[in-house]
Amino acid sequence: MPRGSVSIVVERCKACGFCVEFCPTKVLALSSAFNSKGYHPPHAVAPEKCSGCDLCGMYCPDFAIYGYRNDKNAPKEDEADAR
Amino acid sequence: MSSVAIPQNPVEPFLRSERMPHIWCPGCGIGTTVNCFTRALLDSKADLTKLAIVSGIGCTGRVAGYTNLDSFHTTHGRAIPFATGLKLANPELNVVVYSGDGDLFAIGGNHLIHAARRNVNLKVICVNNLIYAMTGGQTAPTTPGDVITSTAPYGTYDPAFNLPYLVEAAGAVYVARWTTFHVRQLAKSMAEMFQKKGFGFIEVLSPCPTLYQRRNKMGDGLDAMKFYKQVSKIKHGAPTSEVALSKSGEIVVGKFVDRERPEYIGTMNTYLEQQLGERYVEPHTLSDDGGCSGGELEVISCNR
Repeated sequence: MPRGSVSIVVERCKACGFCVEFCPTKVLALSSAFNSKGYHPPHAVAPEKCSGCDLCGMYCPDFAIYGYRNDKNAPKEDEADAR
Repeated sequence: MSSVAIPQNPVEPFLRSERMPHIWCPGCGIGTTVNCFTRALLDSKADLTKLAIVSGIGCTGRVAGYTNLDSFHTTHGRAIPFATGLKLANPELNVVVYSGDGDLFAIGGNHLIHAARRNVNLKVICVNNLIYAMTGGQTAPTTPGDVITSTAPYGTYDPAFNLPYLVEAAGAVYVARWTTFHVRQLAKSMAEMFQKKGFGFIEVLSPCPTLYQRRNKMGDGLDAMKFYKQVSKIKHGAPTSEVALSKSGEIVVGKFVDRERPEYIGTMNTYLEQQLGERYVEPHTLSDDGGCSGGELEVISCNR
């Protein structure tokens, strides 16, 4: 399981590209799909690289994306898998 | 996969989500500064019931309307007078003034320098997009030279304000400048400013792709961010006289001033107590008796 995940609110996005440019691990790319306003929101092309640093969330001027760490949940899932 | 609930965006509790999406253009940096502001509030564990945010008019003036705090959208240029009144009437409140360069330094320039002179305990966040954006891209006092604007089709030639220099000279105790590229530093700087007593000021350079950059062929918001990344130099404690901005020159960022000066309300109370002795009652303590504080103040003057 990756260290972090990224969550995208597609309808708020205005495709400025800040998150794609400044993601330190290059998780994101603008997709070819449109949202209802005609912008191309980002999607995670390499979700396994996400560290959950939330730099995308800091940069996003439209509050449309944020990252979070999976650390707390990861051990629980491992336990569940072990059983 | 997991059935664990996805955590909420940390900025979400601070937003009036029914008003989203906001009106700021694609590539505008004002939303980024709001992110930093909310992270600073979270990091400094500020009591949100004792926080008020005051904005003037303009693109950045919309911040007060979008944040789910006690917020106040005032008349043009008068954010600081409203905030000063708020602070004097209720010194318990932490008052943040969140406005743009046109509002704070053009129409409201006088209020700003006098609030800094008195060292009123306000925290001013000035988002500087180098132009009057909401009204159509006219030349502002912060517009650097040799820039095309809607009122200067052959370019601007008048000298621009150097905001940190002006605010330091007027008497602010905390002066910093960042750009929307420096999100972590900006959030940290805001949190640091909230801990200071006195007039704090942070200038945030923000892209204006629709009006400033389009007319000057400087690309979109992302190009401005890359430009900030390329030309910014962090120089803490740099003399503010040397940090003026130009169209394509170096952008000096950092914390320039961090000093101590007597704060306004404390000075006022101490001085009037010396002068009036027991007859002096701190104004904000009078408001509990049905709001006739004006009458009480008259009694004080009658007793003289």
